[in-house]
Amino acid sequence: MNFDDTPQEAEFRSKARAWISANAPREYEDELKKAALGRIQLKSANILDVAKAWQKKKADAGWAVPHWPKEYGGRGASPIERVIWQQEEGVFGKLGALFIIGHGMCGPTMMAFAQEEHKLRYLPPLASGENIWCQLFSEPAGGSDVAGLRTRAEKDGDDWIINGQKIWTSGAHHSDYGILITRTDPNVPKHKGLTMFFLSMKSPGVEIKPIKQANGQAEFNEVYFTDVRIPDSQRLGAVGDGWNVSLTTLMNERMAIGANVATGFPELFEFCNNLMLDDGPAIDDPAVRAKLANWAVRASGLRYTAFRSISALSKGERPGPENSIGKLVAGAMLQDVATYALDLQGASGVLNGPEDAEVAGKFQAMLLRSPATRVEGGTDEILRNIIAERVLGLPGDIRVDKDVPFNKIPTRGRA
Amino acid sequence: MNFDFSDDQKQLRDEARRFLAEKCPPKAVRAVIDGKAPYDRDLWKGLADMGFLGVAIPEAFGGSGAGHLELCVIAEEMGRALAPVPFSSTVYLAAEALLLAGSDAQKQKWLPAIAQGHAIGTLALFEGTGNPSPKAIKLTASNGVLNGTKKPVADGAIADFAIVAARTGSTGRDSDIALFLVDLTSEGVEAKALTSIDPSRNQAEITFTNVKAELLGAANEGWSILSQVLDRAAVLIGFEQVGGSDRALEMGRDYALDRIAFGRQIGSFQAIKHMLADMYVSATLARSNCYYGAWALSTNAAELPEAAASARISATQAFQHCSKNNIQVHGGMGFTWEFDCHLYYRRSNALAVGLGSLSHWEDQLIERMRQKNAA
Repeated sequence: MNFDDTPQEAEFRSKARAWISANAPREYEDELKKAALGRIQLKSANILDVAKAWQKKKADAGWAVPHWPKEYGGRGASPIERVIWQQEEGVFGKLGALFIIGHGMCGPTMMAFAQEEHKLRYLPPLASGENIWCQLFSEPAGGSDVAGLRTRAEKDGDDWIINGQKIWTSGAHHSDYGILITRTDPNVPKHKGLTMFFLSMKSPGVEIKPIKQANGQAEFNEVYFTDVRIPDSQRLGAVGDGWNVSLTTLMNERMAIGANVATGFPELFEFCNNLMLDDGPAIDDPAVRAKLANWAVRASGLRYTAFRSISALSKGERPGPENSIGKLVAGAMLQDVATYALDLQGASGVLNGPEDAEVAGKFQAMLLRSPATRVEGGTDEILRNIIAERVLGLPGDIRVDKDVPFNKIPTRGRA
Repeated sequence: MNFDFSDDQKQLRDEARRFLAEKCPPKAVRAVIDGKAPYDRDLWKGLADMGFLGVAIPEAFGGSGAGHLELCVIAEEMGRALAPVPFSSTVYLAAEALLLAGSDAQKQKWLPAIAQGHAIGTLALFEGTGNPSPKAIKLTASNGVLNGTKKPVADGAIADFAIVAARTGSTGRDSDIALFLVDLTSEGVEAKALTSIDPSRNQAEITFTNVKAELLGAANEGWSILSQVLDRAAVLIGFEQVGGSDRALEMGRDYALDRIAFGRQIGSFQAIKHMLADMYVSATLARSNCYYGAWALSTNAAELPEAAASARISATQAFQHCSKNNIQVHGGMGFTWEFDCHLYYRRSNALAVGLGSLSHWEDQLIERMRQKNAA
């Protein structure tokens, strides 16, 4: 048992470290370190420009998406080398937020299902950040039940005509392309009538509207499709096989190991070290200590769970559904940690102006953003289902709509 | 990175699991609970024959000298099987104290006897309600003569010797505390068995009246040695708790698959699935924290105090969580004497306080993190 790299891993790490040290945009390092959850902003520059410039620089040196094949813009790195790269990129990895969906989900789906000509054409600029991609899955009627989606695709000659609406699309307003799951046959049960495509987000009939979130920010969008035309050559997988294609997308995402998943604990620990209560430093208060200790062992537990996954990767094993615990634990923790940090501030906990609030309102921002963490990318409840069914082997939910044609499934809970 | 046990160590774990499945079925645990014997003597002898008692004892002292990682994997299986033997007292506490602070003669006398299964040892620390603290130690040592009472002492009524924490001064400093090695057959020692929530393990009160004892380690370093022993034991007992958590989770899962109510497997209800998923989360976090503790223990890393406290807290929470919800999944049957659920519930709650309470270790963890942060 050790934390050492194999000689091969060490060589990769030293190469990555040397390149990052010579090339990373150090001028933004401090700001990136301090960036609060859900609001990465830079005072002196546009985050989008900085992020794109860093991605392009990495691409020119072959570091853009290290684990992708060379011909698609990667360097053919192994899964463990991917993790090593992430560790070395460290805080600059936050600049990659814009590209996570494209690199983690759209790219692998294209690799698995697009025509070779399209892969060679679209993947390298996706890798280099010159193009940003989004994933058009969720709908008002299909969140956790994503297969309940209603956006229609109808065949018209060699094209498909798309009508409908997507929601919660991260970064659609920055995106050049997207992968889109649609319903092509409403007369069969819901999982069987779906088909996947990719399209240009500049296509006529695509309309993007930002969603003003509960925390006042706008990271996500609604995307409306009105008679949008997509050539059949941009179909990914067979007609009616969209559900299986989307599973490939989601499985690929699991390869990304959240070794640095945000829990809020380091911030809270630092805060309690500095905060003075009536009877002395918060960190010396037994009640505070009990709270901190409970979160400390959850944070360390997640860190070492990730180390165990990395060790498995290093031996060539593939991570499985057990990785669902990262977000499940971290999401709830963020919310609890933020709530407690406000509690420690007493009546002032209500304030969130950067001048008035403790640590510039970091915990207030965390409090208001954290409900989304427990919902996005799989709700706490869906993650528990995944653990129960795929790890523990418990039965799947009884699905009352399983054999019902999609257009016969009720759409309203109450008349 | 290789943050995992080696293939050899995993093989040893499998071997220990097979051995315990055969020699320590629930029936064997129940024999001790029913008072047929104070501990399972055959199992104890078997553990000695398998080399498990001396796995972390160097060859020079009669052990196999394999190491602490090997001891961790065995501990996990001991916890999974609820082994009704004085393993933790003898191996994690007494033997570790001897290894850390014993003279050559003391080690020669006791360690081979432990490895062969001929000597049971324990740590006599607590004196009634309270947590490990120099202040809580009232038993006196004067010119090597002990007077006072220890309670509870795990396995105290079946032990052959004890490491006794005693007060040698009243300056209020940690150096007031010294450790003594006491042969429990000595004149003036009186051990009385006590009942406990987990009758699969012995608990006792031991009274020392003018008992002659020999120092273990330097007289002014007793507390520091003791702290190190407790940290080591926290990791090792953490593995017992991890083994127990996994077994309780498995029992709950299996019952949820077998039991039909409302016309379906109860494991198909989300209320049950999510409860089991949460148990899995607790058990996984505990295992990972314990692995880090194992690394720190086996390398004697500077991180051991923090790692040990994390392992202790996380594993205590996990075993309590899994054992209580295992009963909940079982419903009424889980509350019968006949089903084994209560055995795990009892053990989890006994282990939770055996090295001092959860709140004590929470305090220790944050104090250790604070000191590191300040440094």
